[in-house]
Order: sequence, then structure tokens, then C-alpha cells
Amino acid sequence: MDSRELEKLKMLARLSIADEELQMLQKDLGAILEYISKIREVRTDVGALLMDEHRNVFREDEGPHETGIYTKILLQEAPNHEGSYVKVKKIL
Amino acid sequence: MGSIDLENLTIKKTHDHLVRGDFSARELGSACLKRAEEKNQETNAFLEIFEDVIEAGDEADARIREKKKDTPLLLGIPLAIKDNILIKGRVVSCASKILSSYKASYDATAIQKLKQAGAVFLGRTNMDEFAMGSSTENSAFGLTKNPRDVRRVPGGSSGGSAAAVSGNLALAALGSDTGGSIRQPASLTGIIGLKPTYGAVSRSGLIALASSLDQIGPLTKTIADARLLFSAIRGHDPNDSTSLPNAKNDSDKKPRTVGVPRTFLAQGCDPDVLKCFEATLTQLKNRGYEIRDLNLPNLPYSLAVYYIIQPAEASTNLARFDGIRYGLSAPAPDIAGVYAKTRGIGFGREVRRRILIGTFVLSSGYADAYYRKARAVRELIRADFDHAFKSVDAIVMPTTPSPAFMFGAKSDPLAMYAEDIFATSANLAGVPAISVPSGRAERDGIALPVGFQIIAPHGGEGTLFAIGEDVENLAL
Repeated sequence: MDSRELEKLKMLARLSIADEELQMLQKDLGAILEYISKIREVRTDVGALLMDEHRNVFREDEGPHETGIYTKILLQEAPNHEGSYVKVKKIL
Repeated sequence: MGSIDLENLTIKKTHDHLVRGDFSARELGSACLKRAEEKNQETNAFLEIFEDVIEAGDEADARIREKKKDTPLLLGIPLAIKDNILIKGRVVSCASKILSSYKASYDATAIQKLKQAGAVFLGRTNMDEFAMGSSTENSAFGLTKNPRDVRRVPGGSSGGSAAAVSGNLALAALGSDTGGSIRQPASLTGIIGLKPTYGAVSRSGLIALASSLDQIGPLTKTIADARLLFSAIRGHDPNDSTSLPNAKNDSDKKPRTVGVPRTFLAQGCDPDVLKCFEATLTQLKNRGYEIRDLNLPNLPYSLAVYYIIQPAEASTNLARFDGIRYGLSAPAPDIAGVYAKTRGIGFGREVRRRILIGTFVLSSGYADAYYRKARAVRELIRADFDHAFKSVDAIVMPTTPSPAFMFGAKSDPLAMYAEDIFATSANLAGVPAISVPSGRAERDGIALPVGFQIIAPHGGEGTLFAIGEDVENLAL
């Protein structure tokens, strides 16, 4: 993995990383990717693979709770809020 | 009240004492609190000890007085809870700076069930940050030491829970297992650790690492206690979309045949750990088990598959920690800066590493070669297990390739990941697995515990307990 790729990943992951750590990360990620690449040896084109018998089971979209009953407890954990809203920096 | 001998108490024995009135739940809570506060100085198993465990005992005592005969087994029993499981109103930090003062706004379903059963909580236990690690060295709040040898790690990521039970600070604990995080620390500290069938225990209120792999499970001193705690927390939950329907009656068929993937075991396992394993097998054979050699051809790829799927899911799950809705928030001139800075400061090194790997294997141009390929190989591993379980009741392996290691011994991430080599396949296949202590391996003059791992088909916890009890009785 070259440093340009690493910069792109940092951006995609919304992570700030100090420059001195980047070099070490580059080495670690390289070794890890080399190791996990061994799955390429496995043939997965044989027969039909039964992918994911697990599926999400959704409840019916009904019976909403009373508006506002959880607002206070949830807002208590927000770093910044105003009234019953979470306050954020301007997006655009 | 005589003195309460926490070193020799199990949940079952304690329950009998409570019902007989040998000591009250209040006295038990206070004895546990005293010991935990003392011993925690040595091992740092707990990030926080709950002093109100004493008052919580009063409620249990009232219930015991009310109906002496019909009292739930967990009534008044103090439990240690891993710091990624929500208890309403308590801090739950995942041993991360990003959540260091975050208070849970609701109870995890497993906690709700324990509360209904009358259990009380002694504290929250240390772990690798966001459950990423196999030594608890990745905690943002200090190392936890192995009570069997304090120069060594207790394993991880549920290292605090394992150290609390192994050091007799708590009678039992809950942990979570994504790729061995209950079984491996149980093995390294000489106790029982169960990873249930995927979907058997609700994940609601467990802070997610990798949602398709995570399970909550018990760490205990005996198989009987593991069975008891598992029965208390299992069950269908509409709040977890991958929760399984309630199990019908567990089969009480006595397991007879166990399979051993011998060629796989030869890779990278310490000779004396392998010797312990073979000695356990011989004893099981003497007890009438049939031992069969098995070949699960895709098993050697499980670790690589795991280290694609788990970081991929982790990088998505951890996207929610952005300094906006909860936890740490680092000031910056714009919102993108808040995200990046908060995450850069709040997450530790291993968490950042895995987020980057996960982001990479999911990124455009690489997702087919890594993530989708890994999912396909995962299905092959699952099929290997299905096939194997047609001819055997259970598959057995060592839990870990070596006993507890020294702090700092595995600073290379791949060396640490290799600790999970025998553990991850059960999570990938969603099958239940348990680690039971069996035998010892000597390091620097100390006989360290070695774990024997048993893996059963989906819903086969009963098989694990049956074989586990036999292993427990070998007293190797």
C-alpha cells in the first residue's frame, strides 16, 4: 500500500492520523493485507454457494412510542445541544 | 455469619448458602466488594466497581425471605459485566477514550434478563478497546493482569471478565465473543468460557464490533454455572433482528463421537499444548468416546477470512462515533474536522488500524477481491462444519496455540491475530463453542492453564455442556 492510497483511506474513514504513525501503519497494513490475501487461493466458483441463510427480521412498523419520552436521556449524552436538538457545525 | 469463602464458591453453592441463610445477599455483596476492591489493585480486572452492590443485596434478601423454596438461582449473585454491555444509567466505555464517560440509556436484553432473575452487578470489566485484541493490552485504561501469573496477559478481549472470575473477584461474568474473545481469555486464566450459537443470546445493548459474529456469553468456574447463566440470558428478542426463535427442548442425547481436525492443529501450536490436548482426548476415549480424524479443508483460511469480515463490519459499526451524538467531541473549525479529529484522538491505535483495513477491503476496486471473496469462503467454512457434523457430535481443538504470554510479547499485529487461529471458525460458522480447562503447560516455573475447546452444531450448547462436564471431571 503506497502513501497515496493510505491518504485516501484516512479520508474515507474520517480519521486524522499523525504523520509519524502513518509510516508504521503502512508497514503493518502491508503485512496484514499480504496475510489476508491468502484467501485468493480458495476456489469459490465451484457449485452454487448458499450465501447467507441469515436475514434481518424486521418488526412491523407500528406502535410508535410517545414523542419525546427518550429525548432528554439521549440528549444528555450529546456533546452539544440546543433545546431538543443535537447541535452541529454547519454542513455546507 | 462465618467468613464467605469466595475462592471456593460457585453460583450453585452460593445459592444454597443464601437459601439456607448461612449468609445474606447483603453480606455476600459486601464480601465481594471488599475482595474486588482489594484484588483489583493487583489485576485491574474492573474499570469500575459498583459500591451499591451491597444495597442491591437487600432486595434479594427480601425476595429470599418472601419465598424460601422458589427463588431463582441467580438471586443476589454478584456478577461482573464486560464494559461493552449496557446497564442503564452506568458508564459503558468499551475501554475507549471516545466513550469514557458515556452513560447507557437502556439495559441490554441480557442485563434485563439477569435483573429479572435477581442477579446483582459488581462492576464493569476491562477489555481490549471495542473488543479488538487478544490480551486486553489495547484498553485505553491500563493493562489487566492474569491472576495465574501477573507478568502475563489474561487474554482478551474479555480479559477483565476472565481475570475477575479466575481471581475469585466475581462468581461469574459476562463477556462477548467475536473471534474468541470469551474462550481465549477463559483458556488463559483457567476458567470456563462459552460462545453461544449466533442468535441464541440477544445482541441488543451489546456495543457492536462485528454484527454477524458477535455473541454475549458467560465466563464461569464450572460447567454447571455456565449452563445456568446461559439459560438465564438466552432467548428470542424482537430488538435483535438476527435473534433466533426460542429453542425447543434441548436434546439430552449423550454425545459419543468427537472429531479432530489433526492436520490443521499441527500448524503453529506449542508442543506441550498439543500434548495436553492429546492427553484429554485419550482420557475421553477411555470414557467411551469415539475419536475420529476429520478434514475440514477450508479451516486453515478461517483466520484470514475473519480478519477481512470483522474489520469490514467494525469499520461500518464504528462510523457512528463521530463526536456528534455522543461521547468525545474534539473541537475543529468545520464538521469534517470534528469527525476526523474526534476519531483520531478518541480511538486507540489498534482500532484505527482495523478501521483502515475494513475501509480498504470494502472500498471500490477491492471489495470483490477481499470482502465478497471472504464471504464466499466463509460459506465454504460453514459448509465444512455442516458436513463434519454429519459424522460427529462435536469437533474439538485446543482453544489457543499457547498458554498466557508475557506483556508486550505480541506487539506485531499479525502475531496477536494468530492467537485467534483456533477460535474464529466457530464465529464464522455461527456454531457454539466452549473452552474448558484441561491440563497445564509450564512457563518460567509456573504451570499455566490450557484450554480444551469443544464446538457443536447450531443450537448444540447441550452437547458442549455434556462433553464439558466429562472434561471437567477428568481433572487433568
